[in-house]
Amino acid sequence: MIKRNLPYALLVLVLLAAGIGQILHRHWVFDVPLLPGESQSIWSVEAKLEFTAHGEPVRVRLATPDSQPGFMVLRDSGASPGYGLNFIQGEHSAAEWTKRSAEGRQVLFYRVDLLESDAHDLMTEKAPPIMQASWPEPYASAVAQVVKEAYSTSADHFSLTRELLKAFEAEPKAQHVQLLVSQYHDKLPGLLVNMLNMAGVPARVVYGLRLQDGRRQQLLEPYIRVWQGQSSQVFDVPLQQRNPALFDPDAPLLLWEQRGDPVIDVTGADNSQLRFSMIRKEESAFASVANRLSDQHELLNFSIHSLPVEEQAMFKTILLIPIGALVVCLLRVLVGIKTSGTFMPVLIALAFIQTSLITGLVGFLVVVATGLVIRSYLSRLNLLLVARISAVIITVIAIIGLFSVAAYKFGLTEGLKITFFPMIILSWTIERMSILWEEEGPREVVKQGGGSLLTAVLAFWAMNNPLIQHLTFNFIGVQLVVLALVLILGTYTGYRLLELRRFVDMETR
Amino acid sequence: MALLNWWQPLRKMLIAPAVLGRNGVLGMNARNRLYISRYNNRAFYPLVDNKLKTKRLAEQFDIPVPELIDVIESQHQVADLQRYLQLLNSFVIKPSKGSGGKGILVLQGRDGDHWIKSSGALVSLQEIQRHVSNILAGLYSLGGTPDVAIIEHCIQFDQSLVGFSHEGVPDIRVIVCRGYPVMAMTRLATHSSDGKANLHQGAVGVGISLLTGKAIFGVMQGQRVKIHPDTGEDLARLQIPHWQTVLELAARCYDVTGLGYLGTDVVIDAERGPMLLELNARPGLAIQMANGQGLLPRLRKIDQLSHAEIRKPVAERVRLSQQWFAD
Ligand SMILES: Nc1ncnc2c1ncn2[C@@H]1O[C@H](COP(=O)(O)OP(=O)(O)O)[C@@H](O)[C@H]1O
Ligand SMILES: [Mg+2]
Repeated sequence: MIKRNLPYALLVLVLLAAGIGQILHRHWVFDVPLLPGESQSIWSVEAKLEFTAHGEPVRVRLATPDSQPGFMVLRDSGASPGYGLNFIQGEHSAAEWTKRSAEGRQVLFYRVDLLESDAHDLMTEKAPPIMQASWPEPYASAVAQVVKEAYSTSADHFSLTRELLKAFEAEPKAQHVQLLVSQYHDKLPGLLVNMLNMAGVPARVVYGLRLQDGRRQQLLEPYIRVWQGQSSQVFDVPLQQRNPALFDPDAPLLLWEQRGDPVIDVTGADNSQLRFSMIRKEESAFASVANRLSDQHELLNFSIHSLPVEEQAMFKTILLIPIGALVVCLLRVLVGIKTSGTFMPVLIALAFIQTSLITGLVGFLVVVATGLVIRSYLSRLNLLLVARISAVIITVIAIIGLFSVAAYKFGLTEGLKITFFPMIILSWTIERMSILWEEEGPREVVKQGGGSLLTAVLAFWAMNNPLIQHLTFNFIGVQLVVLALVLILGTYTGYRLLELRRFVDMETR
Repeated sequence: MALLNWWQPLRKMLIAPAVLGRNGVLGMNARNRLYISRYNNRAFYPLVDNKLKTKRLAEQFDIPVPELIDVIESQHQVADLQRYLQLLNSFVIKPSKGSGGKGILVLQGRDGDHWIKSSGALVSLQEIQRHVSNILAGLYSLGGTPDVAIIEHCIQFDQSLVGFSHEGVPDIRVIVCRGYPVMAMTRLATHSSDGKANLHQGAVGVGISLLTGKAIFGVMQGQRVKIHPDTGEDLARLQIPHWQTVLELAARCYDVTGLGYLGTDVVIDAERGPMLLELNARPGLAIQMANGQGLLPRLRKIDQLSHAEIRKPVAERVRLSQQWFAD
């Protein structure tokens, strides 16, 4: 017995030692804090630049961000197989890639690490010259009227800008504003700058990103920078097309380019496309400075952080799945909770992370309940199983679509988040629950459905915990520790909590 | 003090693990790890998870089983079901890979175009077709894999058990560890279990003494019962007929399947006597409640047996079990 268990015990010990060792090593040597609070947030933002080349010399220039209110630039780097790369420092900082001859679709990466800090101001920049634009009628008089109204209710350049923006945000809009919106809705930033110029206010369109952890495939959005003498301020452009479920207006704003210079300039190629991924990580202030000074420990400092930001953002979620699996193990082995589908609760919990708990729970219950009603009708049609599940999948999509539209119409933008639920999972849940209902009655449905949801909520709670997120993302060793725990749980042969209830009568004999 | 007050109501709801341990109750984790995964070779699982294979295997070794009438394997046979069922009055349709009584249709008689369930409810040909097509699609099988439907003779159960089982055939579950019967119970169908004797479906479980084949006491949905809820029969009077044959039949299943931790389901036909209904590689734990006794002490006794003792003839093993586990 003991002989047989020796390799097992050894394995668990090795895993634990390796895991804890890695955690301590990263903590002591690289100064990564064990608690999320003790550190400063660092944003890694990665620009992915794609274009099509046609065998000619290619020159690509990408403006790079400078320190600004909210952010300090720590370090930046580029990845570009086969390209010459030059960082242009100073006034108009940029990264410049060059190649003698390129053919086909090309991908270039640029990555910058930013420390959240308020030590910097916007780059000083002379106010741009005022330009007079002209508009055809009836737009010219509409423009004149809007500017006149804003002018009369304001005191300086900044308040004039605010008044102007307010006119565009107001609901319902004044008739002449409506006229301008319908004509210029896709050129709104330029229109606003021209209108400001008309009132003698120097302004420019600049481009920025709202930084939200783990976002991928983001585009730059236009903002308006307005000058008054030496000082300047940045304003949001109204009426932008944004997915309200995804967009957080309070997220910190990074101006990628502060002066109004072009963000990219590609010669010798076309079809260029620029997208951004971003992720937040915690480092102690000391480590970030150390990092800035030297990058030579990269080899030793084995971590997810050496991956491109886009992959890191994905891994941030993937690394949480073992935690969810551990919760499922605990609940099944120690408590004895029944779930429908062993790891389905983890997938539901992942969806909850995206939707937030209450929205997720309500949405899940509503969709599953509606699905069950429809499924009970389908079951009378005498369909083959595969066809029936496919039908359920299609109805689930229809239900989700319907709810999203309804929620949006009623202004419940939270409701849109329901699209985060994996459809196939929802459909299988509905199918299993309805079979359970037919076979064992509603009691069992409540029991197993409740068990699954309870497990999902607990898994969500664990996976959404800032401390756990911090640990799993910053310390790969946590995975080994979780693995060891799961192995230990796998050998537990004691009673489950619910068995203490099930066998309660065994005492009396 | 406050702590004590909090503990009191909890005591009624939960039993202390130490007490369970003292009574030798086998828990789910221990069953899975110490018995099922230790004694049951995965390669042999299909023999018991697939009732058709079990039936063929049993026939090879001359173990009596309910007679197979037909196997429905494909949808076009479903369309043609009329032809298969034309001449049948009573029969049972079940999924080959089902478990826990799911998907079993017990039809005991005929009324013109309809068949009669044991509860008296009528079932039309169309309903049967739909049921069979669900079985084929894997609705009742483990993991939802495609399945076949078995049509077999409906057992007419032994006269001495009439009154103990309502609208359904009672079966006898014997746990066999390494060829030695360790514990037994009978499961009596009730109205709510719909012709099936599965505890999950609401049947009554009655612990049976290994030595005598007499009832110990009954449980239903986890609660102790003294009489059958539908017939009012006093469960204490229950005596399984052909008890020795039942035990020997169960013990032989070990030699046939090679599975060291086995739940055997035996039914007693009025004419043909004890027959093997199915085998189970993951038998449930409720048998302990029906016996008011834990499995662990008995299993530990079996754990210690030498290989020579395991290879003793069936009759000898049954005799030893009855001697060891008499109470
Ligand atoms: N041939 C049969 N005749 C009468 N009743 C049967 C027959 N087969 C099964 N049953 C009833 O269905 C119950 C479950 O059958 P069983 O074959 O053990 O399947 P399961 O694996 O689902 O438990 C039995 O306890 C019995 O009451
Ligand atoms: Mg059975």
